Amino acid sequence: MSQPLTLLDKLWTTHEITRRDDGTSLLWVDRHLVHEGSHHAFAKIAARGVQVAEPSLTFGVTDHYAPTRDKSNITDGAIARMIRQLDNNTEEHQIRHFDLHHPQQGIVHVVGPECGLTLPGLLINCGDSHTSTHGAFGALAFGIGATEVAHVLATQTLWQQKPKPMRITINGQLAAGVTAKDIALHWIALLGTDGARGHAVEYTGETITALSMEARMTLCNLSIEGGARLGLIAPDDTTFSYIKDRPFAPDAENWPQAMQHWSTLYSEPGAHFAREIEINAKDISPTVTWGTSPDQAIPVDGLIPDDAAHDALTYMGLKSGQKMEGTPIDQVFIGSCTNSRIEDLRAAANVLRGYQAKVPGLVSPGSSQVKRQAEEEGLDVVFKEAGLSWESSGCSLCVGMNGDLVPSGNRCASTTNRNFRGRQGRGSRTHLMSPAMVAAAARFGCIVDLRKLEDIA
Amino acid sequence: MSGWSTHSGTATRLLLDNIDTDQILPARFMSQPRSAGYGEFLLHDLRRDTDGKLDSAFALNPHPDSSVLITGDNFGSGSSREAAVYALVDSGIQVVIANGFGDIFAANAVNNGLLPAVLEIEDLEHLTRLITDGITPVSVDLNTCSITANQQTFTFQLDPTWIDKLINGWDDIDLTLKHAHSISRYREQHRVHRKWAWPVDTRMFHQPEEEI
Repeated sequence: MSQPLTLLDKLWTTHEITRRDDGTSLLWVDRHLVHEGSHHAFAKIAARGVQVAEPSLTFGVTDHYAPTRDKSNITDGAIARMIRQLDNNTEEHQIRHFDLHHPQQGIVHVVGPECGLTLPGLLINCGDSHTSTHGAFGALAFGIGATEVAHVLATQTLWQQKPKPMRITINGQLAAGVTAKDIALHWIALLGTDGARGHAVEYTGETITALSMEARMTLCNLSIEGGARLGLIAPDDTTFSYIKDRPFAPDAENWPQAMQHWSTLYSEPGAHFAREIEINAKDISPTVTWGTSPDQAIPVDGLIPDDAAHDALTYMGLKSGQKMEGTPIDQVFIGSCTNSRIEDLRAAANVLRGYQAKVPGLVSPGSSQVKRQAEEEGLDVVFKEAGLSWESSGCSLCVGMNGDLVPSGNRCASTTNRNFRGRQGRGSRTHLMSPAMVAAAARFGCIVDLRKLEDIA
Repeated sequence: MSGWSTHSGTATRLLLDNIDTDQILPARFMSQPRSAGYGEFLLHDLRRDTDGKLDSAFALNPHPDSSVLITGDNFGSGSSREAAVYALVDSGIQVVIANGFGDIFAANAVNNGLLPAVLEIEDLEHLTRLITDGITPVSVDLNTCSITANQQTFTFQLDPTWIDKLINGWDDIDLTLKHAHSISRYREQHRVHRKWAWPVDTRMFHQPEEEI
């Protein structure tokens, strides 16, 4: 009998064009997503005088430098140039482009799934580490650097070593107020930011099965913060019903063939994983970061550990043994490819409805479509009445490229993915947490345990 | 990219773990074309004050000529920005020695001729003790995967395919074009057997905006 296969094995084999003697595979890329930051790669292919090999499999999205305010009047010359450069590059190479004014513009890892570009069984690359998001659909999806982006543009292929398979199994029911964000921060705190280095992490178990697609995307998105090359979740009915009828999803003629293939995408019983981790959902609390690395995270009702890294504490202005609960914050941010989808906005709005935020904050929906839907549901009114700014979609304060910045020394409760030093602006202090926890922090002006709010529990 | 097999230079130690690519190259400097040079932005916010002046107490600053950087664990984690590698290379760094690297950073490094050499923690600590920043000569040999300082030699780890790539200065696009026939055969099969995987433009790009 043949060796049982992992989901990773199946996806890898399907995309392998050839393999060198040294074990490196040449893989076919089904979707290549480019953004303003891809300018180095376009310059590289221009220098060689080569064209984009498969323009119809390449999609542009303006997100990293997209202004969240006053899109039509960009005053910063460098930002305007970055946006124009992508417009020009996509036009020159006849690449379909969700430009700044396209009705579907948004963050690339939100737009891909919501347009049906992200499908199970595909290989998806983008010059962005959070490409791992798309693994939520059972796609082989990973971030690449500019030289590799140029390679994909020129050949629609990529040389890669197969990562080692790793499985994180989570069983049990999540407690009220505990989300996919908390699952991710929990395992990253457990294993470290390099805990899954060199591995493809497949998430499985009843807790994962019960997650919505939005939640699965949050979990796979954060895989990279634990050092994983990519995250994976086997597609199931939740996946298929999410995809059906999306603009780029297979049409009625091709749907049966797609479903036939997608239904084979799972790890077979007995398949070997290089590493196995089991987590009980009951052990996961609403989790917040205290430091400058995503693994420096603790349950919100916990204390900063005694052996906490001194330099991280100094930067964050905190002390060992200090409670996270009650830590005053200066501002909040709800957005990013991690947590800005409709479900995230609903969760945040539920906490803020009828209340005033004690601190200012910015809400940037994951895409223009998410924004329209949120407005149809009246969520924008909730945020605005609470005193937060309701703006347009883009990477915004997650990476601080578009001019949205946290001032030095300010403490920001954020739904984003990286609490690195200076990530939200030089000297900024970031606390990562779920959208509902950020909303609660806004309501009270400090970090609070969502579970203690009477109207939530 | 030109290949290399041996390198000699002085080393500087930056003994911190988890130096992510946001720290190596802060995002606000990423809009520059490569030709403008990224060297002055290397570790910008760690090594410069808010006025942009170099902080003389920061390890790298007194030793701008060092070409070997010795650091802690998980160097280059986080963002996939290749510009982090440009900042190192444009500053004259050819070798980074660490206990581990972010996966994407390591691939980007090799694609730009920068060696991401992994040493076991004991060896890294031993090497660290042998170094006087900016003074001790260090030599690196890709053929033997060795690092030598003060007559002591350490073996580093790196995927053999990456060693070959660094030595030969291979350009992947040239290599890949040799497989053009296999690629086009794969593509044809793929189009027939996985027709569903080709994005069909039905609604999004050919209609006037207001009808979408």
